[in-house]
Parts: sequence; structure tokens; C-alpha cells
Amino acid sequence: MAKKKTIRTIPQERTPIAHQDPGKRIKNFDEVALGYGLEDALNESERCLMCPETQCIPGCPVSIDIPGFIAKITAKDYRGAYDVLTQSNLLPAICGRVCPQEDQCEGLCTVGDTLEPVAIGRLERWIGDMAISEGWSNIPYREPNGFRIGIVGSGPAGIACAADMAKAGCDVTVFEAFHKPGGVLRYGIPEFRLPNAVIDAEIDALSKLGVRIKCNTLVGRLFTLEQMRNEMGFDAVFVGTGAGYPSFMDIPGESLNGVLSANELLTRCNLMHAGEFPDYDTPLHLGQRIAVIGSGNTAMDAMRVCLRLGAANVHCVYRRTRNESPARVEEIDHAEEEGVEFHWLAAPVEILGDDQNNVRGMRCIRMELGEPDESGRCRPVPVQGSEFEFEADMIVYAIGTNANPIIGQTSKLKLNKWGYLATDDTLATSMAGVYAGGDIVTGGATVILAMGAGRKAASSMKKYLGIRDTDSLHSTEIDDTITTLFGIDTREKNFARVRIA
Amino acid sequence: MGSTSSERTDLQKAFNTSPGLEDESAVEIIRREDFSDVTFMLEFHHPMMAKAAKPGQFVIVIPQEHGERIPLTIADFDRKKGTVTLVIQAVGKTTKEMQQTCHRGTPLFGVVGPMGTPSHIGNNKKVVCVGGGLGVAPVFPQARAFKESGAYVIGVIGFRNKELVFWEEKFRKYCDEFIICSDDGSVGIKGLVTDGIKLALKKHTDIDEVVAIGPPIMMKACAETTRPANIKTTVSLNPIMVDGTGMCGGCRVKIGEGIKFACVDGPDFDGHQVDFDDLMNRLKRFNEDEKKALERWSVSCRIRGKEAPPTGPRL
Repeated sequence: MAKKKTIRTIPQERTPIAHQDPGKRIKNFDEVALGYGLEDALNESERCLMCPETQCIPGCPVSIDIPGFIAKITAKDYRGAYDVLTQSNLLPAICGRVCPQEDQCEGLCTVGDTLEPVAIGRLERWIGDMAISEGWSNIPYREPNGFRIGIVGSGPAGIACAADMAKAGCDVTVFEAFHKPGGVLRYGIPEFRLPNAVIDAEIDALSKLGVRIKCNTLVGRLFTLEQMRNEMGFDAVFVGTGAGYPSFMDIPGESLNGVLSANELLTRCNLMHAGEFPDYDTPLHLGQRIAVIGSGNTAMDAMRVCLRLGAANVHCVYRRTRNESPARVEEIDHAEEEGVEFHWLAAPVEILGDDQNNVRGMRCIRMELGEPDESGRCRPVPVQGSEFEFEADMIVYAIGTNANPIIGQTSKLKLNKWGYLATDDTLATSMAGVYAGGDIVTGGATVILAMGAGRKAASSMKKYLGIRDTDSLHSTEIDDTITTLFGIDTREKNFARVRIA
Repeated sequence: MGSTSSERTDLQKAFNTSPGLEDESAVEIIRREDFSDVTFMLEFHHPMMAKAAKPGQFVIVIPQEHGERIPLTIADFDRKKGTVTLVIQAVGKTTKEMQQTCHRGTPLFGVVGPMGTPSHIGNNKKVVCVGGGLGVAPVFPQARAFKESGAYVIGVIGFRNKELVFWEEKFRKYCDEFIICSDDGSVGIKGLVTDGIKLALKKHTDIDEVVAIGPPIMMKACAETTRPANIKTTVSLNPIMVDGTGMCGGCRVKIGEGIKFACVDGPDFDGHQVDFDDLMNRLKRFNEDEKKALERWSVSCRIRGKEAPPTGPRL
């Protein structure tokens, strides 16, 4: 038995992760954070105190057994670590990269009270990457239960829900409107933060569970949710269509050529390969002096894509300060290292055009921080008479999105006052058997929160269909001597639904 | 929409028989017809889409793997045959390439739709359906739907000259009155579609709605023609878009005081509210890039043409 670790005996420094040099990386789309090597991972795994009362797990939206998988790494049982991870999360290589761990598991880590917290995300990614390169996949034994599940949208919420339902033995079909699956992982998050190869591998893992993915299918218009439930024979449906519908500010000049949403910029580049125009047919018409309005993760992605495509100057214009920025600290740091110029406390009031209706700049106003608003962040207040002109030939809006209207237009689902789908605590919508989760319920959030919602909805759907949740069954199987619980055989995976004529 | 048991099996069949995990999504072209040197018609097989399509909706086509997503208004659909028809004008790189490569039996890499809010057919008693040039195709399903709903339909279609005319008979079939115009007078009355509208307005004082589809400049002129009499005028806008699902905002158009996304809020809008100048400016957004792509493609065609001359006439 190893000696009990204490905060004094563990490696004091958080194991650094290698990064591609900023000067080099703005000329390519390769990943910025290069990932841990074996030594790094083993060293970092030693830093976990294996707290008996874990702080980190409640911080994880999908409740990964964090000390459990780290213990397997320490024991050099990497496949075992992957098994622990995939009990809760089908997509470790993605989540290890894009989760805001500093606000979740790592933010609650006990080590973090005294030292830098354990780099849980980097370890998760290391295991996820190893699984991809080794070709590991965990395909549980599935007894088909005859239930058919339809999932609308192949983004993080949809695939998390699909995986859980498939594991429970359902016949799952995922519908995607684009020609490639992945949703925001594909069109939104750029290659240097989440390589397409990783998405492909994780989608492949889903296919191995027997999930069918149908692309080029716009649910609502090709067929409606009502048709899915009635004519097409889906016993339950999950809607995870994301937020979509980018916001603009309604200031003069927004329809000038050269003004676009970050969604459009990223979709053109990530999904449609506009950076390789004219080998690919989708153009972008990149500017040379680009202003991005907003300071969230999407803004950072948009700016860093522009730099890599060859923009000379990229500026971030945000009405609050760095402290109130919604982007991850790491993303702001990376953008700064790569040469993005930040203009805090400035907001555009008008976009200026030339006689050809192209953008030539914008008029901005200085802001100062006032009293905190309901979000807890200081409200920006314009400074009278502080207007100034800012030269730019491309302006990108990254100020968030509104609800996508298609499902609302084509179904009778109840919407909330902002147009998002209204759900109860179990993520059930107003239509029986139809569940929803992710950005289409909450508004723009993160990949992992969407995955958490997908899993939560899956759990509710199983209850709705009368499928016993194998997760809760799992905990009773640990003691091999007990074979029955409440008179039910513990090996039994589910109840067959009884239909009374 | 009532669902019969035969529909039920059709829909279920479409899914139960889908092979493999990730279904190949290519769509097969089953018929092509060339209307002129630049205009051609493609009919493809997609029973679910044919069943779902309604007048006024559009599809997005990705012709090949490296292709762009182009929105095309549905020109016809046949629910029995399970086919959807598009009429395409070869103007840019993508459409010229389609003219060269899309034949009967060849696949389209991806087709998604129907998209957009369907046209409101309603209980109009008398309507004018106006199609200018290529716009004749997308206005056709609306004329047919109006006719089938019991309305008195006045068709007004216009072309530059006689050589470019297509679907004259097909259109006439659903019209109670039919006016064809040409710029040079080689067919029908000499004049623009607005002259045709004026004729119809003079003869009938009880027109409920005018539906006009064609190039933006034509739709603008139609809206101006009907404005004095304050007759409801619906136009179908086709701005530049990427996804067609409301996600990119590239297709935003100025309608009255507000901004709308043509892909999900339209493509049909009140012609008297549309800012056509803004639309026309935004359509020029990628002019330089489009020119570059077309030149590069034409050069590569010439080079390839030397190696292997084109074989036989296209069908």
C-alpha cells in the first residue's frame, strides 16, 4: 500500500503542456496545445490526492469519476482509465480539449486551494487521444429493446443523448441538417482547437454503438416532430438543434459588405474550407484589418482563424474589460500571444462604408463600468463625447445568438419568452415523448453543458419508455454475492414495456 | 395534414431500409432538359422531399465534395413519382460546372431541404403570378397551388426573347388568363412583365395579390407597379446564404424597419417593404471572388478540353 499522499508530497508544479510557438502557429491550422507525453501524464496523475470526499466530480456536468480514471493512469492501466472515462463520457478527446475545466472540475479541485489544481482536462485528453490512436472503443453488450429513438441535431447534446440511448439497447437515428455530422464541433470550433480527425474518431465511436447518422436532413421541414412521433414510429425524440440565429446590434451600416457574423465566418472556414478557396468553391473575402465585436470563445475562435488565413491585423472590440470577458482565460492568452489587439471598454455605434458599399471602418464610443447588473457583471456605460473612428475592412459580430426558429415554426412545442424550447426539470417538452436540451433550451452555452443536458434527457427518456437505467444498476453489481435486489435479478438490464390492448 | 396508412409505411420504409451507419446522402439526377444555352432543368429522386415540399420553398445543393452550398428555389415537385425539379441558370462557376457535369444518372453530392417558410396560398380569389426569366420556374408551383385552391389565376411571364422561353404550356395550363412578354417582341407583347401587370390591373380591379419572382430589379419594378393601387405584392428573395437554417445570418435582408433572415423568415416577403437596393448591393458581396473562380475554372476547362475533346451532345 502506497503511503497516503499529502499536499506536501505531491509534485508541486502543475505539469506544463507544450504549445506550438505563436509565430509559427498563426501560419497553420495545427493544434496549439500539443498534449501531454507519457512522462507528463504520469507526473500530473501523481498530483491527485485521491480525496475520499471528492470535490471535483460534482463540478463535472457528466459526473466523470475523476479520481477513478486518474488512479488508473497512476497504475499505468491506461485502458482502464479509458474504461472509467467512457462510463460517463463518450467523447474524452473532445471534452479534454474544449471544456472550461477551470470553472468546473479543476475549479473545485482540493489541490487548487493551495497549489495549481490537477490538470484534469489535459489528462482526459491524453487518454482520449490514446484511445483514438490505439483504436480502443467500448461497445457494451446491448440487448435490443425494440425502442426507436430519433435525435435532431448531431452536435454535443445530440451525440451524448444518442450514445446513452444506444447503450440502453435502443435503435437510434441522428438527423443532421449539414452534410457532415458534429454540429458546432464541426462548423464552429476551429481545427487548431479541435482537429476534425478527433471529431471523426468520436463520431465513429458512436457509429460502433449502432447509431445511424443521417446528414442533409432538416427536421421540421423535411418531416416534423409530430411525424417522427406518429408516422415514422419513433418512441421518443430528443431535440438538440443548438441556438443558431446570430445576433446583430441594429446599428447603422450592418448590411454593408464585409460585415458578417462569427457563425458565418467560422462555418465558411471550418465546414466549407473557405481558406482553401478556390480549390474549394466557398469564398470568404478576408479583410486585412479585421475588427471582431465581442469577447467570448466564439470571438477568440473567429479572430484566430482570421490570423491564420493571413489577415494583417485583428482587433477585438469589447464593451467591458478583460475581467468580464466570457471567454476562457486560456483562449484570451492564446489570442494575445498570436497578436490580436484588444480594445476593452469600447462599443460600436455605427459601421462606416465607402461608395462601393464595402466596410471602411466603424465609429465607436468609450465605455466605463457602472453598477453590476443582474448577471453580476458591471454594466458598461457610454462615456459622453468619447466617440472615435476605427478603421477596418471586415467586421465580425460575435455577440451571441438567439433561438433558431425552425422547430418552433414547424411544431406545436411550447417556447419560452425568448423563443427557446420550454422544458421541465426532466428536459421534457410540451409534447409527450419529445425531450430537448443544449443551447436550444438554455441559449448559447458550452459543449460540455450541452452534453450534460443530452445525458440528462437520455435518462428521462429511459424513464419515460420504462427502460431501467443501467447506470443505477451498475452500482449494485459491485457486490458479486448479491444477485437479486428487491426480488429482481441484478443481471437484468431492462424491463420490456407491456402494451395492454 | 392527414396521414393515411400508406404514407405511414412509405415514411417508415424510407428509414428502415437505410443501409449502414452513415447513409450515403448523394441524390441521383433522373432527368435533365436544356431550355437554352444557359438555362437547364434537373429533376432528382427524393421521395421524402417531394412529399414535404410546398410552393415557395427552396433547397440547398452541394454539387460536389469541394462545392459550395447554393440555394435554389423548388420549381416543381411530383409526390407520386417522388421527384423534385430545379431550374438553373449557368452564370457562375458552380452553376456552369453543374451545366457541364450534371446529367441523368449522375449524383449530386448533397441536397438538403425543403427549406424556408412555404408561401401563403390562403383564400385569395384573384391573383397575378409573375415570373421573369428564370423566375418563371419558382413561381410555377405557386400558380398551380392558387389554381388548385380555386383562385382565378392571371399568369404573366416575361423573357428577353423567344429563344429563352420555357414552360409556357406548363404554366398556361394553370392560368385563367395568360400574358407573355418579351423585351424584343419576338413572342407575346413587346415589353416588360410590369407592362403585363399593368394590363392585368387595368382589366381587373379586384386583384387580391400579386406574386412576383425574378431578378431583384424586376421584383422591385413589380412592387413599384402595384404600390399606387396598394395591392398586396409578394416577392421571393434569393440572397447569398451558407447553411439555409438561420445559423449564419448571411442572407439578412432589410424588410421595413427590421432585419430578417431570408432562409427561415422568408424567402417570401412583402414586396412593398423590401429594401431592394440593399439586397442588390449585398448580392455583389463576392463578385471579385466569383470572377476569379470562374476564370480559373474556364482556364482549366480549356486545358482539359485540349487533352480530351468533349464527346457528343449533352442530353
